[in-house]
Amino acid sequence: MEYAKQKLAEEKVFKDPVHRYIHVRDRVIWDLINAREFQRLRRIKQLGTSYLVFHGAEHSRFSHSLGVYEIVRRILDDIFHNRPDWDESERLVVLCAALLHDLGHGPFSHSFEKVFNVDHEDFTREILEGDTEVNSILQKVATDFPKKVAEVIGKTYANKQVVSLISSQIDADRMDYLQRDAYYTGVSYGHFDMERILRVMRPVDDQVVIKSSGMHAVEDYIMSRYQMYWQVYFHPVARSAEVILRKILQRAKYLSGHGYKFEQPPTHFLAFFNKTFTLKEYLALDEGVLMTYFQLWMDERDPILSDLCDRFVNRRLFQYVDFDPGKDYKKMGELVQLFNRAGIDPEYYLIDDSTSDLPYDFYRPGEEEERLPIHLLMPNGDIKELSRLSQIVDGISGKRRTDYKLYFPAELLIDGKKKEIKQQILELLREGGV
Amino acid sequence: MLQEHAKIVDFISTAEGVTGRKKLQKMIYILKKIGVPFQEKYEFHIYGPYSEELTARIEELCDMGFISEQKEDKSSYVQYRYTVTEEGLEFRNALGKPVLENAEHAIRLNGKSARFLELTATLMFFDDLAKGEQIAKLHSVKGKLNFTDEEIGEAFDFIDELKQ
Repeated sequence: MEYAKQKLAEEKVFKDPVHRYIHVRDRVIWDLINAREFQRLRRIKQLGTSYLVFHGAEHSRFSHSLGVYEIVRRILDDIFHNRPDWDESERLVVLCAALLHDLGHGPFSHSFEKVFNVDHEDFTREILEGDTEVNSILQKVATDFPKKVAEVIGKTYANKQVVSLISSQIDADRMDYLQRDAYYTGVSYGHFDMERILRVMRPVDDQVVIKSSGMHAVEDYIMSRYQMYWQVYFHPVARSAEVILRKILQRAKYLSGHGYKFEQPPTHFLAFFNKTFTLKEYLALDEGVLMTYFQLWMDERDPILSDLCDRFVNRRLFQYVDFDPGKDYKKMGELVQLFNRAGIDPEYYLIDDSTSDLPYDFYRPGEEEERLPIHLLMPNGDIKELSRLSQIVDGISGKRRTDYKLYFPAELLIDGKKKEIKQQILELLREGGV
Repeated sequence: MLQEHAKIVDFISTAEGVTGRKKLQKMIYILKKIGVPFQEKYEFHIYGPYSEELTARIEELCDMGFISEQKEDKSSYVQYRYTVTEEGLEFRNALGKPVLENAEHAIRLNGKSARFLELTATLMFFDDLAKGEQIAKLHSVKGKLNFTDEEIGEAFDFIDELKQ
């Protein structure tokens, strides 16, 4: 039998706290799960530094990836199967894309990508199409199959219905991470009736729509998402840890480029400092590797690197105040000067950080929006955009919320040295806005 | 700090205003592809390469009062015109140096239609493919737009000119 159609002699199941069980019958999926590049995801946390705020949030991208696969499998096998607008021949490519959509994430992706100017989506594509175990498995399905999976994940696949299952305003990725992250952080947000949403999903033309009878379940999902972003994903203390992490990597890169002799040479990072990295070098990194360096760098002679590592490892994070860049950018100039005069390097110890989210947006005919809206299927067959029918969703549609913070090491500003300058800094920080 | 915001303000100022969200998105993408150091991350969306980060940054700049967004109601559609305010110019002058080495690029890109920039940006998104594959991919993801061979040829020439 051809590889694409091979089934396991017995169904394999993974016990999962969110979906109870994850079911695998396809040989291809089983082989992909066992590939070394997929197993690597066990060593990368789904929520990066959030575990420093929510101690339960130690779950990995491995479990999230299995969860997304399971949701898509249920949609295809239980809901879409034999429906006229669904092309059954797309089943395997969607399942593989669901399973592998986060394959290129690295350790603490958000900070790592910013400092080294790389993009996990490029690595996902490289893993799928390069010399890897995952690629050799996908190649056994068909020579162009790795490329097809990469196109679905990259949103350039011709069949938009397939893309929207993995990536849209109501997709399997979001449905898994909201519930999983809520479970592991222990917060009471993030819960919604996924069973109901899955049951009312329908393939229509080139999109996936929701039967209008499921509108309230979708409202609940959107509100869950909104609350999770502001209560968990954008938590200011987790952002403080992200800021320190970013500064550690930035400092190590700076030192390496300026001839500093490390006690513990940054062997695993050199190719990234020099922009000569290969996929193999990228895959050799995981969060265990980074944490080991951070532990060892606490004993480096460079006071900034050792201090930042100590802060991250031992959770001595930066304090923060609200900051309005529109009004306060001139004061920032003053603060930078005062930090320099106080002997505290503002490049590493005075950091502005902004984050924003748009809970839901819709496409207004004639306007140049880019987000595919959630469409409801009415009993008479008409399609209507969600916010036209839902007052709750209408209330938050298109409304971006942004939060600015300024991070700094509070305890360095109250020690005895250069007291007057530090007093001025504290006064500026306390003044309206900054 | 706020350097990335200042770059966007500087670009819109150099371009003497930009009309259309899609156009602005594609202009920044094209410049990024030819090496202008914009940091916004792009993904492939409905109209081709699109950056959620850029959208957020523009909205932030409007909230800060550094960029003005004016809604222009055309008969069958609406579009948005972005210009830099006095406060925005002051912010740009306080924070940064010009982002573009060649200011002419901004004017030239601004002279093109949104459709042409969408075509050009989409071709550039697939520039790791051979030319034939690039065109095939364009037709596959943008079939409804029916780009002609002439338009595609023009877009390739334009990319070559920009890279010189």
